[in-house]
Amino acid sequence: MQLVLEKRAERSNTIALISPLIAIGLTLVTMSILFAILGKNPISALGVYFIDPLTDSYSLQEIAVKATPLVMIAIGLSLCYLANAWNIGAEGQFLVGAVAGSWLAVKTQGTDAGPWVLPAMMLLAAIGGALYALIPAICKVRFGASEILTSLMLVYVADLLLDYLVRGPWRDPKGFNFPTTAEFDPVAAVPALIEGGRLHLGGVIALVVVAAVAVLLGKTIKGFEIRVVGAAPRAARFGGFNSNQLILLTFAISGALAGLAGIIEVAGPVGHLQPGISPGYGFTAIIVAFLGRLNPVGILIAGLFLALTFIGGEQAQIAMKIPLDVTKVFQGILLFYVLACDSLILYRFKLVFASPKVSSGAH
Amino acid sequence: MLDSTPAEPPTGAAPLLRTVGLTKRYGSFLANEAIDIDVWPTQIHALLGENGAGKSTLVKAIYGLIQPSEGEMHWQGEKMVLSGPSQARSRGIGMVFQHFSLFDNLTVAENVALGLDGKESFKDMSARLEQVSRVYGLPLDPKREVWQLSVGERQRIEIVRTLMQNPKFLILDEPTAVLTPQEADQLFVVLNRLKAEGRAILYISHKLEEVKRLCDTATILRGGRKVSTCNPKAETAASLARMMVGGEIKEVRAPANRRTTIPRLVVNDLSLEPDDPHSVRLRNISFELKGGEILGIAGVAGNGQDELFAALSGERLAQDPSTIVIDGHAAGHLSITQRRKLGAAFVPEERLGHGTVPRMKLSENALLTGHAASGMVLHGFVNTAVTLKTVDRATETFDVRKAKRDPEAASLSGGNLQKFIVGREILRNPMVLVVSQPTWGVDAGAAAVIRQALLDLAAGGAALLVTSQDLDELAEITDRIAVMFHGHLSEPLPTADASREKLGLLMGGSTLGQKEAAHAAGA
Repeated sequence: MQLVLEKRAERSNTIALISPLIAIGLTLVTMSILFAILGKNPISALGVYFIDPLTDSYSLQEIAVKATPLVMIAIGLSLCYLANAWNIGAEGQFLVGAVAGSWLAVKTQGTDAGPWVLPAMMLLAAIGGALYALIPAICKVRFGASEILTSLMLVYVADLLLDYLVRGPWRDPKGFNFPTTAEFDPVAAVPALIEGGRLHLGGVIALVVVAAVAVLLGKTIKGFEIRVVGAAPRAARFGGFNSNQLILLTFAISGALAGLAGIIEVAGPVGHLQPGISPGYGFTAIIVAFLGRLNPVGILIAGLFLALTFIGGEQAQIAMKIPLDVTKVFQGILLFYVLACDSLILYRFKLVFASPKVSSGAH
Repeated sequence: MLDSTPAEPPTGAAPLLRTVGLTKRYGSFLANEAIDIDVWPTQIHALLGENGAGKSTLVKAIYGLIQPSEGEMHWQGEKMVLSGPSQARSRGIGMVFQHFSLFDNLTVAENVALGLDGKESFKDMSARLEQVSRVYGLPLDPKREVWQLSVGERQRIEIVRTLMQNPKFLILDEPTAVLTPQEADQLFVVLNRLKAEGRAILYISHKLEEVKRLCDTATILRGGRKVSTCNPKAETAASLARMMVGGEIKEVRAPANRRTTIPRLVVNDLSLEPDDPHSVRLRNISFELKGGEILGIAGVAGNGQDELFAALSGERLAQDPSTIVIDGHAAGHLSITQRRKLGAAFVPEERLGHGTVPRMKLSENALLTGHAASGMVLHGFVNTAVTLKTVDRATETFDVRKAKRDPEAASLSGGNLQKFIVGREILRNPMVLVVSQPTWGVDAGAAAVIRQALLDLAAGGAALLVTSQDLDELAEITDRIAVMFHGHLSEPLPTADASREKLGLLMGGSTLGQKEAAHAAGA
């Protein structure tokens, strides 16, 4: 008897939908084993991680707040990945967007600038993020440089740029030498949706982005071009689609969305520019994109789920003294299982029972 | 006639190779079902069948590349189980594949050395290589690098490499597919000599005349099953074809009222540098193609046909706009989409991955080439009703068989997908159609549908350029035939005058008497 992986005639849409759920299930089993090894009760640890955050309003809002940047970045990344362009540097584009938008907030600080400031900051952030993403895209199109390496390395450049600015020129003079800008003026802050609550306008913007990209991919010729160029480059050329142009386009959109997410994070929940504004949103968004099947609605759900792991991780650290890094372990294992389960979309497992006629030499 | 003709009488006590009820299953699909064949020494045994009949699966099992799901193989009367090709080789089974596995940047001798077990020194091996190639009349220079060699020479390397293992049993998979008629004749001399030495040869082909000429026994496969074993010399090509296809093949007929009109595709002195080191430079290609006319391009694969297709379609742009003129418009600088808007349509050789996106639906694949016109796109939005309608019309007009209304391209059989691709283009009523290998790897029924559609399109006033390796196909549907060799295109010959001998000479690079002067002037 043997287990064989057999090719399906056509991709299975059912499995495409449930494969992320299988991946999550396998991840939970693996995590339980890990918790047991750490000497914690797996059931209560998983409860703290995944159930407790869903039981109070503050945590629920916090999940939405954390999911906002994840979803926006992952939506942009999914366009790149569909086009077979590997943008790994969303973290850097997020930071550059935050810096570009913050520039206006810092410059208008204390002036009586009107409500145009926040929209202008968002625009600047999107442009900044797009331009930053275009660096690896142009290097790839023009010189054939691997966008995986260049986009990743630019993350560290962006990180140090932000660090320099908040320690140097943009440091708050009244900030007791902490590396941070002054608190943004109200016109430069993302307004909350509920008075005194954590939910803010960014969540609405993320939903709009989800809807817009769903239409782009499903209904428009541009979306079709993006999918074709990734699925079959030679057929794309035959169709008359310019792959270089599409690489530039998807990188620019992806960078713009990451940059927009960056300024929303800074001008929303954080309130000022400082190092450490991102707990690795740009990298976690890669997992969100794949867990969501590179599909906008899937990404929305996956983004909420990954946000839950951030909140759950924080609570588990407080309640059970489980190290915060376990969250990253969880996310890594999850990505591993998601990619593994994807093979089930094109293949299926089959048990083959040796028939008496088969010669014993055939293994 | 199915079982009345006995095979040639055996010359040995036991067959060299016998398969008993050999079955290979891929999931629920039966690639081979209970196949019994006997191959005797001193015989050339043909394995005949259409694409997908199970020929390759059977020989892969015999060569140890795959393990049968059921059934047995016997070698010289004893049961044989192979866990890999090396075990097959050690018994004396050799195979020459249709697709060569050679390293372009290594020399002939280095390539041969890589395929052997490496027990002798490189010098001894080179000497033996020269000796084997001389003895069998397969001339090879061991020091040349493979990329400089013609396809026929590359095949020689594969054959010599196999012969150096002194096999008792030799499998050849469609060896003449890439050869000129003259090269094929030379190969037959070698095969007859190998046969006379007492070896057995299993010869895969779908070319009936060739099998009748060369082979002593033929086993015909259809749909994974053995239909018959017979003596091909006692059969007619038509009776063999009936067994292969399982019915009569529809005759393709050119409509009587075909008239040539104005020039629709004109190519003026088109030259194009190769875009990678191993592709072919197009040199001074010129021809004029009128409406209502079908021009065939023959030639051994890899002589610039792919590059010409890329240049004509606009996948690669020509420097000078006037080198390619579509329906009176200079088009050398236009993109493929703009050329489509001028009324041109293109069908590439490769169905999956070039002509279609394998994992996308047919309606999306209709959009792939139809987006420029046909009302499929409005203000950037795709009109799915129109793309689906194209699928329905192609299905109806060209008898595309599929499991559901809009399946993925990859789930269709080769013949049905090709009917869809050709149909998709013809439904756009093109004035110029450039088609590469229209019936390559397609079953006989689908091939007849496609050839008829091409003839009907020409009758409607369109100009057609058909590239094909299959000289019979070109003879059947074209008005004129030109030959590509090393990036040159010969003067077109009227199809009626284009004998296999003349075409074969051109395919091998010689120029026909009176053309010599013209070529010298052009070079």
